[in-house]
Amino acid sequence: MSNVQSLYIWIPLLPLIAAAIVGLFGRQLPRASAHWITIAGVAAAFSLSVCVFMNALDGHVFNGAVYTWLTSGGSQFEVGFLVDRLTATMMVVVTFVSLMVHIYTIGYMHEDPGYSRFFSYISLFTFSMLMLVMSNNFMQLFFGWEAVGLVSYLLIGFWFKRPTAIYANLKAFLVNRVGDFGFLLGISMVLYYLGSLDYAAVFSIAPQFADTKVTLIPGTEWSLMTVICILLFIGAMGKSAQVPLHVWLPDSMEGPTPISALIHAATMVTAGIFMVARMSPLYELSTTALSFVLVIGAITALFMGFLGIIQNDIKRVVAYSTLSQLGYMTVALGVSAYSVAIFHLMTHAFFKALLFLGAGSVIMGMHHDQDMRNMGALRKYMPITWVTSLIGSLALIGTPLFSGFYSKDSIIEAAQFSQIPGSGFAYFAVLAGVFVTAFYSFRMYFLVFHGKEKWMQSGHHAHEQQHAHHDEHAHDADHGDSHTDDEHEEHHGLGPHDKPHESPWVVTIPLILLAIPSVFIGYFAIEPMLFGNYFHDIIYVNHEAHGAMHMLAHHFHGAGAMALHGLTSLPFILAASGVALAWFFYMKRPDIPAAIQARCSLIYYILDNKYGFDSFNEKFFAAGSRFLGGKLWHYGDVKLIDGFLVNGTAHLIGRIAGLVRRLQTGLIYHYAFAMIIGVFLLLTFFMKI
Amino acid sequence: MSVGLSHYLILGSLLFAISVIGIFLNRKNVIVLLMAIELMLLAVNMNFIAFSHYLNDIAGQVFVFFILTVAAAESAIGLAILVLLFRNLKTINVDDLDRLKG
Amino acid sequence: MNAIQYDVMTALPEILVLCMAMFILLLDLFLKPSNRFLIYVLSQLTLLGAAVLTTVTHVPAVGYAFSGLFVDDPLADVLKLGVYLSTAVTLVYTRQYTALRGMFRGEFYALVLFSTLGMMIMISGQHFLTLYMGLELLSLCLYALVALDRDNANSTEAAMKYFVLGALASGMLLYGMSMLYGVTGSLNVSGVADALLSGAPDHGVLVLGLVFIVAGLAFKLGAAPFQMWVPDVYHGAPTAITMFIGSATKIAAFAMVIRLLVQAMFVLAVDWQGMLVIMAIMSMIVGNIAAIAQTNIKRMLAYSTISHIGFLLLGFLSASLNGYASATFYILSYVLMTLAGFGIILLLSRKGFEADRLEDLKGLNQRSPWYAFMMLIVMFSMAGIPPTLGFYAKFTVLQSALQAGFVALVVFAVLMALIGAFYYLRVVKYMYFDEPEDHSPIVAPVDMKLVLSINAIGLLILGMLPQRLMDVCAYAIIHSIQ
Repeated sequence: MSNVQSLYIWIPLLPLIAAAIVGLFGRQLPRASAHWITIAGVAAAFSLSVCVFMNALDGHVFNGAVYTWLTSGGSQFEVGFLVDRLTATMMVVVTFVSLMVHIYTIGYMHEDPGYSRFFSYISLFTFSMLMLVMSNNFMQLFFGWEAVGLVSYLLIGFWFKRPTAIYANLKAFLVNRVGDFGFLLGISMVLYYLGSLDYAAVFSIAPQFADTKVTLIPGTEWSLMTVICILLFIGAMGKSAQVPLHVWLPDSMEGPTPISALIHAATMVTAGIFMVARMSPLYELSTTALSFVLVIGAITALFMGFLGIIQNDIKRVVAYSTLSQLGYMTVALGVSAYSVAIFHLMTHAFFKALLFLGAGSVIMGMHHDQDMRNMGALRKYMPITWVTSLIGSLALIGTPLFSGFYSKDSIIEAAQFSQIPGSGFAYFAVLAGVFVTAFYSFRMYFLVFHGKEKWMQSGHHAHEQQHAHHDEHAHDADHGDSHTDDEHEEHHGLGPHDKPHESPWVVTIPLILLAIPSVFIGYFAIEPMLFGNYFHDIIYVNHEAHGAMHMLAHHFHGAGAMALHGLTSLPFILAASGVALAWFFYMKRPDIPAAIQARCSLIYYILDNKYGFDSFNEKFFAAGSRFLGGKLWHYGDVKLIDGFLVNGTAHLIGRIAGLVRRLQTGLIYHYAFAMIIGVFLLLTFFMKI
Repeated sequence: MSVGLSHYLILGSLLFAISVIGIFLNRKNVIVLLMAIELMLLAVNMNFIAFSHYLNDIAGQVFVFFILTVAAAESAIGLAILVLLFRNLKTINVDDLDRLKG
Repeated sequence: MNAIQYDVMTALPEILVLCMAMFILLLDLFLKPSNRFLIYVLSQLTLLGAAVLTTVTHVPAVGYAFSGLFVDDPLADVLKLGVYLSTAVTLVYTRQYTALRGMFRGEFYALVLFSTLGMMIMISGQHFLTLYMGLELLSLCLYALVALDRDNANSTEAAMKYFVLGALASGMLLYGMSMLYGVTGSLNVSGVADALLSGAPDHGVLVLGLVFIVAGLAFKLGAAPFQMWVPDVYHGAPTAITMFIGSATKIAAFAMVIRLLVQAMFVLAVDWQGMLVIMAIMSMIVGNIAAIAQTNIKRMLAYSTISHIGFLLLGFLSASLNGYASATFYILSYVLMTLAGFGIILLLSRKGFEADRLEDLKGLNQRSPWYAFMMLIVMFSMAGIPPTLGFYAKFTVLQSALQAGFVALVVFAVLMALIGAFYYLRVVKYMYFDEPEDHSPIVAPVDMKLVLSINAIGLLILGMLPQRLMDVCAYAIIHSIQ
């Protein structure tokens, strides 16, 4: 199959070439060429990926160098590809979602002055992500890792005139530095102790080091594998936004919506999940590391879901839901159900991209107002967006037969069957998470697509908040020539007499195309991916120590049967009650009172309070969870992590910098004195008389 | 008591120390800095000559001639910069040389 | 071939540069100002001629000349080629800048050529005397160059500081040399090495001399705590001179470290390694952290130099040929990056406008996407982001330090590099995400634009294909150091 192998190099290269052409010559070329060139590049990469995928389905595995970078001190550094089914799956998902986002961007960004720059960035991102998933060694993995990070900073700060965007950018940068530091340390330890950076070599030699101990801090002994795995996972925590390194992701919503869909939902954030799955032979050697992964994932899955409840910005709801879902994937990794994690990664990529692009479509329809309290009844005006978003939400909450059901239920069951420390907590967390997910997803759905047309009521909600968060096009700042008399200049969002409009076809077509796999892919893929030999020889699970996957296979009797069984299972009941509660709070209560209030105030009073039950519900459960979410957000996120860890570090370094600066007094005799002190310092240290 | 090598070395180190102190203790006149630099080179010369005599090796004394020549050139450049300094800043006070800092 | 002929042949590039420098100084007296371009061409031809002579007379062996005062080995040839290249590139970049500021005169070129000669002698010095003479020739020329913009108060102040502190450093170096001479009885590099190897003279006095020598060298390199002059001189000197001080002279200082520490005092490696560790740590801290607080890009690059020197010193810690090769690689990469970085500043400067504040880079992407991209490469390379040259350079020195067992130090260095990435990327942020403050077109000669582009693209290409350059460095080290 050498003809297929020669294709491999072109898959990442085509988007790179397209990005280079558009990035360097974008100003000279006509505007439309920006999207045609990049879409052609990514579409070609997608079709080639499908070829590679088909080829991989036949069992072909390619592992080899395509280019030797250099040989240094006995170790070789090469650009090499490892293309097996895991890689091929990722390649197809990445290129498909990327292609959809490219098409969607034509509609979303069409008035933005940075049009060609944006296309260049997303193509560059596609290249980096492909390099990351296709690599066969740690060096290249790190390269892709840094490259996707870099492009994501560029994209978060895309609207660089907004101070919030710059702040978000800096925060993403700093937080990811922490993760990357751990990751780099992990890679260094792999090279130092295992003597190679090549996956195959490392995986084959790793079991010999299963019992090796290292002394990091004098007096304490650590298992080598645990240290390596945890360090690598710290990298994954940064990239895949796990607690406590998650703070950058919600803020990264400052970027344009298509990029939120591509990077912060579907692809980049999954890099950490992919990496851990790829490293399964290492993680299987350390139950401690797996427990660490599991607990971090469980915390993320549950508590980030809570935060989704109190958000009013449509993109932030989706962002917190992404965090929560990433937590689910991490839980799957922690219980050694790597294939389930990859499965959920795939289904999530489709339905989350769908939800994000749907949210973007809503934002466009609302003239760049992102506050859900100003929306409502959009189903009448934006039918395609409505249906596709409903599909996405149903998939997200795990409705049987939808793709999200298969992957999420598998994770929950795997957590139930797992025996490693922390699995009890994880099981509770993912189960409770189902309820929370259903609640906030359908809260958003009802607020946006049902109820009254709230933008018609006077007085927009929280104008100051909008100005901080609205997904503005740069057209109000420097592109204003053609729009100066446009009423959107004054404030974003709809006036009382405007009507939202359905988005153009370049937006709706990707929505429809993404909706299809969001519904069906789970049904067809679950059996081969989880229980067949799809990942045979790729993902390694030590079934004796970590038997969750084995148990899962034991209980599986086909996709249809699973869906049928799902209808009676606990997660489904939880999801359904979550939806019901959302309906009750956001559909039922707001419109009944207004009608009855006029006729009978006593009955209204009683009904309004739902005989007291509802008030109790509202006060106790909803308010309780809101309170919890708000407090968590305020103290956990804003104060502790953001304020203390991230900003604190930055402040500390800034202060030291100021101090060092003050030492540079400008006076010759101080400089001479410093030199003399230096000499004395060296003399005292090294003179032994 | 005869004067030995160590006496010369101690004298050299004392001269060196005096010149170093002259550089970082003097806060008034830049010319004193130039003098201190001269003195430092002389201290080194003292060392070289003492060693040269003690080792019976002529190379050290040749080195001294070169150092003396360089010292002359160095003074010339130093004074040239000093003239510029006075022309531009109207001062040759060491304390006033702190426009560049941070 | 008799001895004199051999001596002359070996030092032919030096003789050429010396004659041409004097010739240019004289020629300038008889030239009309409008014909000064001739001097520029002659200087470039001199450097080219020296490069040709160095290449032609190259043999993969060590040759001594002038009774052991002078050495011609592959390392000297490689480093000299680096000096020619960086000086030539400096001259290309600075032609317009100097012309606009009344510095396009014969003495500028004569001084640059004399300092080039000084560097060549430092690189080929095999005797304390030659090393000292080369160092002083370089330093005296640099003091004059810094003060060349005669009416600029900042330049004059910088020159005075540089002069006083440089003289202090030279004095320390000499004091150390005199101590070493007293203990070993030799002034020759190989003589000192032999004397140290044969017996164990008074260790205390040796270390005393070593400390003073290390201090003198550290001053020239700009390693903390002997770095205080660097930011002020970089800031105050005209940008053209800053570029020269920041690039070529570091190669010469590096050569001196090799000659004095590695070749003469290898026996004391344990002692000087310890000193280098301390200086490397301090340099990385001071360089990376103080750079964050800077608003002047020349000052920022000064601190960046300090941190780079910290990394360079890591290459010496392994005390192995591999480590020295990686240090050689690092210094050459550093010079290429510095040239390109200052090249961009010179490109943006105009008459009466220095373009040396960070704000002056704002919105460069909108003014000129191509040069913004070039600066992006330079900043990435300085920050050590793959796949640029700077990444590989950092990587090799870290690897060599790791092989020598300095694990904690390497971890610390990586941490510092991560902090350092912040201020490099801030420049990128200014260029790409901020609005330009002035929109004046970028005017520069074609040759400068071309060389600058090649220089920056070279950082990228060498970063992807570093093997050849690494091979050259390894070759130079292996055939020069026994």
